[in-house]
Amino acid sequence: MKRKLAIMLCTVALFASACGGTASQQGQGGGATDTLIIGGPLEPRTLNPAVQSGMVTALPGAQLFASPIRHGKDFTPQPYLAKSWEFSADQLSLTLRLVSGATFHDGTPITSEDVAFSLEAVKKHHSFGKAMFGSVSSVETPDKETAVIKLSTPTPALLLSLSPALLPVLPKHIYGDGQDLTKHPRNVKDVVGSGPFKLKEFTAGNRIVLERNDSFFLQDRAKLKQLIVKFYPNSAATSTALEAGEIGMEISYDPVDAGRLAKNSKLTVATTGYEAAGALNWLELNTKNQYLKDVKVRQAVAHAVDVDFIVNQLHAGIPQVAPGPIHPGSPFFSKDLVTYNHDTAKAAALLDEAGLPAKSDGTRFSVRIDYNPGNDVTGKNVAEAIASQLGKVGIKAEVRNAPDFATWSERVSKYDYDMTIDSVYNWGDPTIGVSRTYVCDNIKPGVVWTNMAQYCNPTVDQLFAAAAQEMDTEKRKQLYRDVQRQITADVPVVFIETQPIVNIYSKTYTGMPDGIWGVMAPFLEATGTQAR
Amino acid sequence: MLLAGLRRLANAVVLIVAVVLLNFLLIHLAPGDPAVVLAGEAGGTSPEALEAIRHAYGLDRPFMVQLLNYLGQVLQGDLGHSYYFDASVTSLIWQRLGPTLLLSGSAMLFALVLGTTLGVSAARRPNGAYGSGITVLSVVGFAMPAFWLGSLLVLLFGLRLGIFPTAGMESVIPPTGFFAQMVDVGQHLVLPTISLGLVYLALYSRTAKASMIDVLGSDYIRTARAKGAGPSTVTFKHAFRNALMPVVTVAGLQTGALLSGAVLVEIVFNWPGLGRLALDSILRRDTPVLLGILVVSSVVVIVANLLTDLAYRLIDPRIRTGVAR
Repeated sequence: MKRKLAIMLCTVALFASACGGTASQQGQGGGATDTLIIGGPLEPRTLNPAVQSGMVTALPGAQLFASPIRHGKDFTPQPYLAKSWEFSADQLSLTLRLVSGATFHDGTPITSEDVAFSLEAVKKHHSFGKAMFGSVSSVETPDKETAVIKLSTPTPALLLSLSPALLPVLPKHIYGDGQDLTKHPRNVKDVVGSGPFKLKEFTAGNRIVLERNDSFFLQDRAKLKQLIVKFYPNSAATSTALEAGEIGMEISYDPVDAGRLAKNSKLTVATTGYEAAGALNWLELNTKNQYLKDVKVRQAVAHAVDVDFIVNQLHAGIPQVAPGPIHPGSPFFSKDLVTYNHDTAKAAALLDEAGLPAKSDGTRFSVRIDYNPGNDVTGKNVAEAIASQLGKVGIKAEVRNAPDFATWSERVSKYDYDMTIDSVYNWGDPTIGVSRTYVCDNIKPGVVWTNMAQYCNPTVDQLFAAAAQEMDTEKRKQLYRDVQRQITADVPVVFIETQPIVNIYSKTYTGMPDGIWGVMAPFLEATGTQAR
Repeated sequence: MLLAGLRRLANAVVLIVAVVLLNFLLIHLAPGDPAVVLAGEAGGTSPEALEAIRHAYGLDRPFMVQLLNYLGQVLQGDLGHSYYFDASVTSLIWQRLGPTLLLSGSAMLFALVLGTTLGVSAARRPNGAYGSGITVLSVVGFAMPAFWLGSLLVLLFGLRLGIFPTAGMESVIPPTGFFAQMVDVGQHLVLPTISLGLVYLALYSRTAKASMIDVLGSDYIRTARAKGAGPSTVTFKHAFRNALMPVVTVAGLQTGALLSGAVLVEIVFNWPGLGRLALDSILRRDTPVLLGILVVSSVVVIVANLLTDLAYRLIDPRIRTGVAR
């Protein structure tokens, strides 16, 4: 602190005497080998993924903490801390065999006790803890290298829930000291993890510095020596820093900016990844609204929306069309859906049938369109496009702005809205992030990203409940196919596109994380040189 | 003298309490609370979790109780605890105060020194090409919003020409060695200082020019010239000191505006200062941090006004000795 103060004071003196005279000494020459700087609005409040979900914690969290299992490109489970695993014949227990000799960053051995402790912690503190591990009745530890997860009901989503982003293996000897885990001081400093990188520095408002863990349990430890997460206030500033070569990578949610950067010959714009995050951008309808309560009106809205325009014109063709509630990259995505082509005549006919004829001025009724204000390109701009498209069939739509997330979420979660643009994540398995938007008992006023459409169909509830316990993958796919068909027939949500999450990085890097969890997975293969 | 000092101090305390009251009220009128924002970052939550967070931070207590608790804390010098970072507000602000003072101080210095020099030099021939040029430049500089200028500077000098870094206070991987780090911070400081300082530079150069023209037309300057003093002696020894008074007044008054301008510039340049923390805290509904920043900035403004008073006394001996009254 004192040193920094001295540097700042001397800088003022320097500045006063020779303003600007220092500019020519840019760069220290060469560059930093095996170093990667990721920039973005990525400042986490905690580095412990057991108590906080979301990308900003999972990015450093998956480097600091290993998990029992990883997943390959097509969602196939792969060994990580667990070298093997097997379900019992009755499907009510899963035995994990841990690798021998694995240690935490402080040298303490990683044991099955730590796995049991971590699973209980996630179940209790993580926002999806109950959805992922609600069926876990206990975790037995017959020996140091064996953990047996006992289940009350069959849980097909269990293996995916053992991913680095969702089940970090925490050191029990640090976090099991009786303090409240959500506020544990070691969540932000002196973190002792189990993963391929160790925490060197975490400065609020500035950056996280991670260093390779040279005694990592995998033979192939990380290739990068240093991984830095630098915080920027917004994506525009991040893109500028990337173009200037000050950082090596950004994670973009802005398809227009990604399309622009794709033309930069020094940058790679990744087109795959994040299938498990499964982010969808859609128009949610309040099914208790006096007009939208009629399914014909909702179908008319779906026919009026020009998805092709939004994906290909507004968003430069970067997102994919996502015609249903499950992300097209998920193994449970079904093409057998009720679809709504862009057809204004059909929309008008449906509205006539619903008893909403056009008045003398051409309008039928009025609605407000809200949008989640985090990202104007995929929020506000889509809302405005849809307002104009609805106008063509006589629905007078007015876009209502919200100054920030807190304002918007208060409105929509308390049902003070007609329709809203929103980005919602599948989070791996449909039991975690899909059913929550549609099942009747998840209509929870005041809680954002529950069933905010207030949609309720007992058939849908039954299908979701059956799929959540079906261990046969083919049968499970059938159940999800049926539920996707039913939901698209009822249209509580007009499905539009995937919310693009795009890794953009300097061409000097290879082996960058393009898996189903994107950067929410260990950076083991990535390698390259930071320009300066 | 002592009485006047005490009165000033009492005014300052009342001012700070008013700042706290007003802002506490305003923040509570905004919809949403930290629990909702935390849920947003997590991608989802449950009603129980929301309630637990509200209870943990006392947000479920009546408004007046929250307000009185907070006022009590502040009067004891405790700015409270951040909901978002789960850290003490004092430490968060302390980390960010240095960079903000560095940026505002540099901008102030840049504007004062260069602005006054330009203004004074322009006053010698106010209607010549040079004088008119300075006037045009200062009008343009005054009309340009700092955040827009900042973005343009980044695009030109950061991205296109690559002369200066685009953002931050130091390189992501800072160089080793004290001098090298100083140079690094200095390079990062150039563009934000110009963005923040230009509008004040324009203001000071206009003020200095007008005031200098005024002073150069007064009787004692004519007397000085009549007794044979050279042009530079007249300008710098006789006129300059007196012409400086309005500039100092304006500079003192502008301290508050400088701090609020720093908010925008800090965001454009990703400067790790109080302004960015303030904006982030508004979006996060992190009330204790936001109120803490407002209290600290009020103190900074009050101190700056006291310093302006002191500067008057240094420049104008009449105030020091009380002759003017």
